[in-house]
Parts: sequence; structure tokens; C-alpha cells
Amino acid sequence: METQDNEKQEYNITVYTENQIGLLNRIAIIFTRRKINIDSLNTSPSEIESIHRFNIVITESEEVVRKLTRQIEKQVEVLKVYYHTNADVIWQELALYKVSTDVIAEKVSVERLLRENGARVVVLRKDYTVFETTGHREETDNLISILQPYGLIEFVRSARVAIIKDSDGFNSKLREFERLEPGEDVVENEYLNKGQKVFTM
Amino acid sequence: MEIAQQEVLVPAAKAQAVKLSGSEALLEALIVEGVDTIFGYPGGAIMPIYDALYDYNDKLNHILVRHEQGGIHAGQGYARTSGKVGVVFATSGPGATNLVTGLADAQIDSTPLVCITGQVFAHLLGTDAFQETDVINITTPVTKWNYQVTDATEIPEVLAKAFYIAKSGRPGPVLIDITKNAQIQKFDFEGYVKCNHIRSYRPKPIVRPQYIQQAAELINQAKKPFIIWGQGVILGSAEQEFKAFVEKSGIPAAWTVLGAGAIPTDHPLNVGMLGMHGNYGPNVLTNECDVLIAIGMRFDDRVTGRLDKYAKQAKVVHLDIDPAEIDKNVKSTVPVWGDCKETLPLLTALVEEKQHTEWLAKFNDYTRQEVEQVIEKELNPTTDEMTMGEVIKQLNEITKGEAVIVTDVGQHQMVACRYAQFNNTRSNVTSGGLGTMGFALPAAIGAKFGAQHRTVVAIIGDGGFQMTCQELGTIMQSGVDVKIIILNNRFLGMVRQWQELFNERRYSFVDIQSPDFVALAAAYRIPGKVIDDRKDLPSALNQMLTNKGSFLLEVMVTKENNVFPMVPQGCSVSEIRLK
Ligand SMILES: Cc1ncc(C[n+]2csc(CCOP(=O)(O)OP(=O)(O)O)c2C)c(N)n1
Repeated sequence: METQDNEKQEYNITVYTENQIGLLNRIAIIFTRRKINIDSLNTSPSEIESIHRFNIVITESEEVVRKLTRQIEKQVEVLKVYYHTNADVIWQELALYKVSTDVIAEKVSVERLLRENGARVVVLRKDYTVFETTGHREETDNLISILQPYGLIEFVRSARVAIIKDSDGFNSKLREFERLEPGEDVVENEYLNKGQKVFTM
Repeated sequence: MEIAQQEVLVPAAKAQAVKLSGSEALLEALIVEGVDTIFGYPGGAIMPIYDALYDYNDKLNHILVRHEQGGIHAGQGYARTSGKVGVVFATSGPGATNLVTGLADAQIDSTPLVCITGQVFAHLLGTDAFQETDVINITTPVTKWNYQVTDATEIPEVLAKAFYIAKSGRPGPVLIDITKNAQIQKFDFEGYVKCNHIRSYRPKPIVRPQYIQQAAELINQAKKPFIIWGQGVILGSAEQEFKAFVEKSGIPAAWTVLGAGAIPTDHPLNVGMLGMHGNYGPNVLTNECDVLIAIGMRFDDRVTGRLDKYAKQAKVVHLDIDPAEIDKNVKSTVPVWGDCKETLPLLTALVEEKQHTEWLAKFNDYTRQEVEQVIEKELNPTTDEMTMGEVIKQLNEITKGEAVIVTDVGQHQMVACRYAQFNNTRSNVTSGGLGTMGFALPAAIGAKFGAQHRTVVAIIGDGGFQMTCQELGTIMQSGVDVKIIILNNRFLGMVRQWQELFNERRYSFVDIQSPDFVALAAAYRIPGKVIDDRKDLPSALNQMLTNKGSFLLEVMVTKENNVFPMVPQGCSVSEIRLK
């Protein structure tokens, strides 16, 4: 039990927050203060207006991740934090590759390359072509190594986004929040006594 | 912004909106929040607020400090004795950065503060304008929450949120940075609504009855249960509930530095102080108890010593309002999340009435050893030179344990915490978590404003006094009555003690010279006296305490004296040394 707790592996931390200036910094500080490197960080509006969702990936032991999670959840504007191993989430990264059209057209069977790598062309111009692929790190890495010999001009990869496999996600809770207290308007605090239903902690 | 409408307290304002400037709205907000005293220092970027304050002189008492660090420590002292939120004003740039030490101190000691800083005009933000600093980013790690206001209309809601966050749940410091344009801007002020709910903020975790049940079972089965309590009891105003729990369960209880006074020092079940310079019994017996009940304390490393050798034999019940504290340093067997004012009565109802006579006697045995080997020498020395301990002992006798004791940081702090008699809660004001030298003098000023009917005695080292001694000016100008005792050992004593014990007496830069403190006080029109003979001690203390207004008493104490017992750093609590 204890050894498992201390074994480092990738953890996907999901943070639901208010949309507030400065919050990214507050959350980042929780990691930097402990000298923990963030492998990947994505933040974007969630399915609920005014609530944002962060996906953070770090490689740490569960014990450390659990403590970090509580520190993040302690922030005033954070609604809820979850952490999951890779096995518990479905995750993807998006990658873009820019290659010289001439080279590609001449030397490679573009069609086969796309098919084999699950990629698609985003832009096709005289001077260059941009491919896109999504997948796990190894998959997007794979296409780099294939394109490298043909003069890869530019490459970029997004942060990871992850969906939690467990079907009882946060979504229904979020909707409940939103119903009881919509983002913009001030309402009477009828939800106050419902706190127990909404929050687990 | 999500604020529930509950209390609308500004008269007439709701009926028809009045035009107010951002500054006026701020001051209205402070009045509704029940603020009576503000500690602050003006400057260009906060001038509109100070200009508005000119007209609020009858409702808001502003204390002009001599340095913003003094201002924030005064705010902390005020909050600690009054239980209310301390309010501090400072200007942008250097004014704001001077608050950082106090913010860090308040953050780690969970002190509720609302600090208002002025900021350059919004259109100048990010341009390196005169006296512009990125106050929000600088203060983020040392505040519970902060916010920059760039538009006056935000002020009522933001202030309401600030006060709510500062004082609810686990309290802490909040900083609101207000750009100059927002201070000047006029807007339709529709009244001030106090905040009592924020969507994403849970000040208190939900109490889980099954954990209370489990905790009670553990406690009822325990042969050697031991309570350790911290400031959470005081912050939660749960002193009565705590006392009831201790007395019904009959369990010996020890305190962290910040928990001092929650039950009186001489309560029969109060077995003393925990930690590096705590008492012998509580430290050693931490490693012997079978159930450790931690209440409103956070297992600071100064309390636990080496974690891997801390209370390994014990089942741990941890009561805390902050879920992040539970299992952070010490793994709990039963976590009791919640406000201890709510959880303690539930627990008390389920615990059996008991007396742990034999177990309590063990604590008393250790006390006897400690008295023989340490306390007797410290409190009744046979040498010519005075000890810090005997000064505190004399002070106890004269004040009857009723005074508020404000300490700085160092040997005198540990001696004062160990030996001062605390008959009442909110009596020990000290910088526990950050250990900020220079804290005591300004904190004592604030402490007196927060508890005007009480005697406030500041006990300060010769080193720490020189860090914020300019606040004598604040005492002079405000006429506040604080009694100042400087325990002068002509050394940075605590550092010297470590050098003696752990660095082969290599006294590297701890020999500190002092000015004539009494003359310095006199320059600020504060009477004072210096003594170096034991026979003058009682009369000097009496003179100080009966003096109308502030008084500075400098006591020359033994140069090389050590605070014992001591758990050396990196050692287990049961390796505590008596010499
Ligand atoms: C701002 C700050 N700087 C440095 C320290 C480190 N420090 C802790 S105790 C101490 C010595 C304090 O000396 P003094 O004020 O004379 O008190 P004494 O220990 O002699 O009672 C020092 C330098 C500190 N706690 N705070």
C-alpha cells in the first residue's frame, strides 16, 4: 500500500474554477513552491458558462498529488479538484506539423502517410503543407520522426486534455451550481443549506 | 460576482442611489463591517482614500504608524486580541511591498486582515509607472485571497467578499489593490451588502457524524489519551466547548505556542507547552500516548521534531477546519473535518466521563524533573544576574495572569510563552509560524486597540526591538498605553544559543550593541527605566504597570543563558534535552 503511494507516475489533475484573473498564478504557485514541474497544462472554458476547467499533468507520487489537490481546492475560486492516473482518463494531445509541399509531394506518398498516422491536412499551400494529428505522446512523436527526414519546418503540440472515464463526472454538479447560482446575477442564497449535497468535503 | 443578498445595512442608500466616489464607498463599507480602527500610512496612490478619510474622522479611527510593516503588525495585534478583522492602509509600490512580511506572518498564523493598497491609475498598469509594483503577484503566495479593483463600481462587492473571506473558515489576510482612478471615480452607490456565500468557497468542511463516532470510540478505549491543541480553538471561539471536552474526558492536554491561553495555564489538565522549547512531559509522552487527539493545530515541525519518529505508536484523531491540514504532516487514524466549535460538542457528548489519574501523574513526574533541573534555576536563580524567567515570574505575580503578553522572536519569546500565566484566551500575541523579529512593538500597539480594557505588555529582545523601534513614534502620537519590557542580553540570544550548542561557540555576528533605550524612549516622550539588580525588579514592574500610559522598562539579563528544555532540530520529541 505504502509503496504504491510513493511510486511516481503521471497524474491528471482536473480543476474546476471560477473565471478569475490571477487564479492561474495562484494554482501555479502551489506547484512551483514545492519545486514540482508541470508537464502539461491546459485551461479553457468548461461546458458551463463562467466556469473554467484546468487539465494539469505532473509526474509525482499519489501522496504528493493528494496533498497538492487539497491545497488547490483550498483556493477561494476553485470549485472542485480531481486527480486520476492515466488509466482512469481518456486523453489526447493535438499536434501540427509544417512541411515543405514540394518535398512532400515529390518524395512521400502523402496519402499513405496520412492514413497510417491518422493525420489530416489542415492547410495545403504551394510552399508548405500543415498536417494535424491527435493522440497520445508516442503517436504524435511518431509522425515527427517520419517527417523529420523530409525537412519538418515547424512543429507544435498542445497541452493534454483528458476526460474522466468514470461516468458520474462533475457535470451534473456543475449544472446544479449553475442552476442555483447563475454566474452573472446575484440570487438569494437558497442553496446555502444544500451545501452538503453539492460538496463532498 | 456571486454574492448573496442578506444584510443591507446602509441606511437610505437602497431607496435612492447616492453618488459616491470609490474612496467614500470603501469607507462606508468599512463602517458597515464594524471597523473602528485602521492602521496605515499614506502616499500618492492612496491619497484619494486618505482625502475621504478626512471627513470620516468621527467614525473611523486612523492610527498613523511609522512604517507599513508596523501598520500590518499592528493590524495583526488588533485582530488577535479583538477577534475582529484588522484593517491596514498602504500606498502603492514601497508602501505595499513593506506589507509583505506582515502578510506572510498573518497567512501562516491564520490572522484575519483586510489590507487596502493604493495603485497607480489603471491606464498606467504595466508601464513601470512611478511607484508601480505588481502587488497582486507579489502578494499572491502570502494572502488567502487578493484582488485588484480598477473600477469604483466593484468596490462594495469586493470589500464584502474580502471581509467574508478574511474572517470565515480558516481566517487569513486578504489584500485589495485599488487603482487611483477607481478611488476617485464617482458612481451610483446602492448600499453595501455583506457577503455570506461565495459559490466556489467552502469555509467549513461538512461535519461527518461517522467520524465523530469513530473518534469517540477510539478515545473511550484509550488507556493513555493525550490532547494537543492549537490556535484553532481560539480562532473558532471554541474555548468553552474545548474546556467541556477536556474536563469530561479527563484527558491531559498540552498546547502549541499559538494555542496558549485557550484554557488557563493552571487548569489541572493543562500539562504544558509542546514543541522545540516546550515542556518535558508533553514532548516525551507524545511518544508514549496511545491516542493523540489534535485539535485546531497543524503539526508544525517546531512541534513535531522529526516526523518519522513522531507519535508512531499512537492512533491520531485530528480535528481541523482546513481539510488540507489533515494528513499533511501526520497521518490521522480518524479525520474530524469541521469547525471545532461544532465538532467538539458532538464529540463531548459521546465520550465517557473519566479520570486518567495514573497517566496524568506521569506528566506530573516529568514536570517535577523539569522543575528541578530547569525551571527552578530559571525562576529562582541563585546567581547575581537576572534571568528572563524571573522577570516573567514577577510579572505574573503583579498582573495576576490577566495581561495580554505580546512577544517578539527569540529566547525571550520562548521564555515568555513557557512561563507567563495566561488566565484568559486571546492573551498570547506572538509571531508563531513565521517568527518575525520586529513583530512585538507594533503588534502590542494593535493589541491594545483591540482590547482597550486590558493591560498589554510587550516583551522584546534587544535585537528585535531595534527592527521596529520607530513605532515608539506611533505610541507617542496616538497616546496608546503599552508596557514595554526589553530583556537585554546584549546578544541575538537565540542564534547565539544555537551557535553555542551546535556550532562550537562560534559566535558569528550575534554580539549586538544597543542604543540607550531609555533615552530613545524619552526622545519619544515615553518614560522608562533600566535596571540590572534583582531587588529593583518588583518596584520597576510596579512603576511600569501603574504608570499612566506607556512605559519602557529595560532589564539587563544574563548574557549567556539558554532556553531549555530543547528538542534539537532533526531530533525526535522524546530526545528532548534538559541541558
Ligand atoms: C526578521 C528576522 N530576522 C532574523 C531572524 C532570526 N532570528 C531568530 S531569533 C534571533 C535573535 C533574536 O535576538 P533578540 O531580539 O535579542 O532576542 P533574544 O533571543 O536575545 O531574546 C534571530 C536573529 C528572525 N527570526 N527574524
